[in-house]
Parts: sequence; structure tokens; C-alpha cells
Amino acid sequence: MARETFRSRPVLVATDGRLADNIVYFARALRKAGMRVGPAAVKDAIEAVLVAGIGTRDDFYWTLHAVLVTRHEDHQVFDEAFRLFWRSRELIEKLLAMFSPVAIENRQKERPRAAESRVADAMFEGHRKEQRPQEIPEIEVDARLTFSGNEVLRGKDFAQMTAAELAEARRAIAELRLPFDLVATRRFRADPRGRRADPRAMMRSALRTGGDLILPKFRSPRQRHPPVVVLADISGSMSQYTRIFLHFLHALTEKRRRVHTFVFGTRLTNLTRQMRHRDPDAALADASRAVVDWSGGTRIGDALDEFNRLWSRRVLGQGAVVLLITDGLERDDVRGLSEEMERLHKSCRRLIWLNPLLRFDGFEPRARGVQAMLPHVDELRPVHNLNALADLCASLNARGTATFDPRLWRGLGSRRAA
Amino acid sequence: MPGPLPVPQSIDDTMAMLAGADYVADRALATVLFLSLRMKRPLFLEGEAGVGKTEIAKVLASALGRRLIRLQCYEGLDVSSAVYEWNYAAQMIEIRMEEAEGQVDRTDMEKNVFSEKYLIRRPVLDALSGKTGAAPVFLIDELDRTDEAFEAFLLEILSDFQVTVPELGTIHAEEPPIVIITTNRTREIHDALKRRCLYHWVDYPDAERELEIVRRKVPNANSRLSAEVVRFIQKLRQLELFKVPGVAETIDWASALTELDKVALDPEAVSDTIGVLLKYQDDIARIDQGEGRRILNEVKAELSAAE
Repeated sequence: MARETFRSRPVLVATDGRLADNIVYFARALRKAGMRVGPAAVKDAIEAVLVAGIGTRDDFYWTLHAVLVTRHEDHQVFDEAFRLFWRSRELIEKLLAMFSPVAIENRQKERPRAAESRVADAMFEGHRKEQRPQEIPEIEVDARLTFSGNEVLRGKDFAQMTAAELAEARRAIAELRLPFDLVATRRFRADPRGRRADPRAMMRSALRTGGDLILPKFRSPRQRHPPVVVLADISGSMSQYTRIFLHFLHALTEKRRRVHTFVFGTRLTNLTRQMRHRDPDAALADASRAVVDWSGGTRIGDALDEFNRLWSRRVLGQGAVVLLITDGLERDDVRGLSEEMERLHKSCRRLIWLNPLLRFDGFEPRARGVQAMLPHVDELRPVHNLNALADLCASLNARGTATFDPRLWRGLGSRRAA
Repeated sequence: MPGPLPVPQSIDDTMAMLAGADYVADRALATVLFLSLRMKRPLFLEGEAGVGKTEIAKVLASALGRRLIRLQCYEGLDVSSAVYEWNYAAQMIEIRMEEAEGQVDRTDMEKNVFSEKYLIRRPVLDALSGKTGAAPVFLIDELDRTDEAFEAFLLEILSDFQVTVPELGTIHAEEPPIVIITTNRTREIHDALKRRCLYHWVDYPDAERELEIVRRKVPNANSRLSAEVVRFIQKLRQLELFKVPGVAETIDWASALTELDKVALDPEAVSDTIGVLLKYQDDIARIDQGEGRRILNEVKAELSAAE
């Protein structure tokens, strides 16, 4: 009897140690799978498991989930990792058995140690499924004026950025003044020439003189940059500009907060996180890996539809300005494109269309995609000569001239078409 | 309302407590709620509109007999409307009174003018004033509507449960409030804030749980009608609509149809009341043009097959 109690104690302690170790390993696995799990979260996880106890597998799952998952997107990763990590080693069953001796009877034997390779497989299973067999890229000399809706998946390598280019890019971005780039917030700052009274400051300064003088103090609304959402076309017809505008996006993300980057060809990819990378080459390499449809076909309508459904509510809040970079060459079927553009237009503060195709003298907004999109943009900005990032910045700079009015271009298109 | 009750002691207790207050929760939610109560950590609920995030705070307050303090966030929410404000008019009178009495000792006056008497408490300060064992439920609703500046300000409150008023000093909570934060994900909340909380994504309920919710919230609805309504909406959620209906819409629709004395769905009833369910013209047009009828037929077929 006495021996029993003596023996049960060290076992309990050992269980504790194991549990903590395993949670640490599990957290490490999650981190490797791309989730952001810090040491504080691991500590919390252990604490949470001790508080909740381990009743069933489900409870254990949700206890860890509560502490370790902080983004909805991470749920899938967690789910998969949990299934593999805790099942393959029969850990939960062991832990359950230690917490309640009755549970030993109905635990199921699993094949031992099939784990290692499967964990690795599982982590990449999702990716592998997404990647269709790559088609052999056709030889394409210049695809600027061609467009198709066919999906061609291929990768892309970007030449590294030279130091001169980098300096140039930084300078161009620093000089860039986007149109409608300041919005008044409802916060205030002290301002002697402000138009609103600031009672708190008045009271403070009044006390400084013992209340003899209550002098008026003023404040005015703070201004700040609205979020920028960039939707960039990376299809074949745009391929020669891709590098420039990716550099532009990276520099923009570096300079200001709240820039969201999306690229689309035949599908929509969110590149915001990749663009946050400090180094432009690393950022572009990341982006290159994340996108599977470089220089493929174009499905502007579908991409916008996906954006509107899945992202617009998440990134277009707080008066975002949308920058749409595309040549507007949609495959023949433009059904739905106009509706999607309209919705996009109505959900943002300002929709600016940057069109590099305008450099061709013969350009007329006659293509049906262009015709469908034109009525729904606030500004159409041509890029006559897009050889460097500075050209892009120049065309975006805030000069409210009439040439950016989309109505002018519309008139032009229909007249010539007629 | 009963006096303040202690927090539940296990996940099962939590489930029972929620069920007792007519909130049909799944085990995942009960687990994270239990942990947040026991570990005294804020609960961060994210999910689409109308899945019952705000309701959790209300239910929690009524089930535990605690006070509910709600802070509705909006753009430009600032310290003077969220935390505290000085009553300037009263302060000015105080200054004049003291002058009239002829006592103008500077330190005394400052102490009098900036005393708790003239402090107007806003929700955050209010939430920190709970007594031991009776901490209020503090609901920070739709945090994504405010800006990053306010989010950063919340960090101090959520990690230390204290507020610093420069003129007065630091105010500590005797017992930390039960904090529930909700967001609709119209923008990403910073990791620093999420890290201080327990995170939970509130998803749409499955058919079984949704039926249970309808039964509890619309008790006078016909059982066939509720079954059809729930199936219809579950199918609607699988379509790629711009805004799919949430649980709140399900409840509204079931009660609307009940008010119209319907005992089963029919195409006319669906198209007459579709505005309760879908709030975007494109979605409504799509359902009205045939797809609604197709779903309805599927629902009818499935239900008669089940019988």
C-alpha cells in the first residue's frame, strides 16, 4: 500500500514533464508549418491544459486550439498537425490513460512509428494537391497584345535588383503623392490655428495660473493615409511589366502601413505577407513561389469576383483606395466583368485604373473588357512609357488633370468603334 | 436578476450554463469560454456577421448574474468616449468657487479640480470597477471598426487591467472583468492584441445545431417549417453568394414565416420574404431566378425521403 503511493507520485510528475515536452514539440511542429506560435503561447497552452484537464480527445483539441490558433486561416494547419502529431504517437491515449486508468481498455492500438514521413507528407499535402502538373511553356516572344482565358501554370524568376535600381525606387516612392491620399480622421491634435475648442487643454493651462486665466486652446482633426489595395494583373500580356510593379508594390509596402497586394492572372493570390519582406529580392522570390499562374491567361472578371466575395470586406474598410493595374484585355467572354467592377467601385473610396497598354499609339478602348470596365473607374491613368518604376510613380502622382477622366476615353472608344 | 454567481468549474458546466440560457453552443466554444473564464484571459471571437458573437456576452452576463458593460467600437473612438472624461463645466465652477472663497493654494486646487468627483466614467473605466467575485462582463463589440491607435491602447487594459489617468494616477481593477471581444474581420487585428486573448472562430452551426437554435428561439414555429428553413439556409450557404445568411437571419426568417402563418415553405413565400434572408440585390436576383426553386425542391425531396 505504502509502496503504491510512493510509486504513484513520481509517475505523476513524469506525466507532467512529458505533457509539457510534447506540447513544446507540437508547438514547434506548428511553427514549422508556418503558424506563428511564440514561447508565451506554449506556456499558455500548458497552463490551459492543466486548467481544463484532459477529458476527451476533443476537449484536448479545443483547449490547445484556443491558445495556439490566433487566425482563422491557421485552423486547417492546426487540424492536420494535431491529427498527425497526437494520433501517430498514441499520445493522447497514453495521457488519457494516465489521467484515468479506465480508459486503457478501449484505446486502440495503432501501428507504431509510422509518423515521421507522414507528418512531413501532411504538411505539404495541401500544396501538392494545388499544384497541377505544369504545362510546357510555349515559346512566346512578346505577348503584350495576346490574351486568353486558358489557365497556364508556370513559375517565374526575376532578375535581382541592382543597388542603383533600389536607390532609384526608394527615391521615386518617397516623391510619390498618390491622389486623394489624406483623409481626416475623427481624432484630434493640438493646433493653435485649429477650429475646434480643446476644453481639456484649456483646463490644464488654466490651472497653471491658478485659475485666473482660462485661455482658449484649439485642436484640429488629424489626417492620415487611407489603406491602399493593389490589384495587379500578371497575365502574359502584362508579363514584361510585372517586375517593375512588383518592385513598386514592395517599395510602397515598405514606406506605408496598410498596403494590401493582390495579383491575378487566372486566379487571385494575396501577396501582402510576401511583400512585407524587408529585402526586395527575397520578397520577389517569395512572391514568385506563392503565385502559380505567372504569365498565363487572364480572367479579370473571375479574379474580381473572388476578390469581392472573399476579400473586399476584409481589406476595403476604412476608406481604402484601390489601384487596379491591368491592360483590361479580358478573354472574349466579358459577362459579369462589368458587374464585378461596379461592386468593386462601390465598395472603395476611389478606384484608380493604371493601364500600361496606353503606350501603344494605336490604343483605343475598344476591347470589350476595357469597355466593360471603363464606366466604373474614377480615374484612368495611362502609362506611356513603363521602363522603370519612376514612370509608374510619375503616372500615379496627384495631378488632377482632365486626361484621367474615364469618360473621355469612353467617348473615344465608342466613336471610333462606330 | 440573481446575484453574481461564480464561474463554471468544468467544460460540462459551461455547456450546461449556456444551454440553460438558451444558447446552443458546440463543445469547442464551451471549451474556449471555460478556459477564458478560468485563466482570466479575454476571449477574442471572430466570425461572419450574425453567428451569435455578441450574444455570447449577453448570455454570459445573464447566466452569471453579472453586469454587462458594452463598448461599441467605431472609427475615431477615443479615450474621452471610451475610458473617461473630465466634467469641464463642473471643474470651471469649482475653480470660480474656490476663488470666491479666497483660497488659492495651487496644489489644493489641482487636487480638488482633478478629483474623482469630476471624472466621468466611460465603459472601460466602468469595467475596471468590479468587486471581487462580481466582476462585470465587458463586451468590446466590433473591434475591427475602430483604428489601430485604439487597439494599441487596449493592450495596457487587457494585459494589466489598469488604466492610467495622468492627473489622477493608475486605476487598477480589484478583479479583472470578463472580457469578450468581437470582430467581423473587416480588417486584421494586430497579433499583439490577439496574443493576449484566447482566439475562437465562430462558424455557422451545422444543420442539427441550427435546428435546435430555431426550436429554442422561435418556439411557436411549425416543426416541418423549421426543418425546411434550416435545410434551405444550409444549402444557401454552400452557394457563392456575396453575403450568406447568418444564424440571426435564420431566426428572423423562421419568425417571419411563422407570423405569416406558414406551416411549410412554398416558392411564393420564399420570394416574398427573401429580403429577410439576403441583403444584396445580386444575391436576391440570383435566388429569385430559379436557383431558389431548385434548392426548395431539393429540400422537399430530402425531407420526404427522410420521413
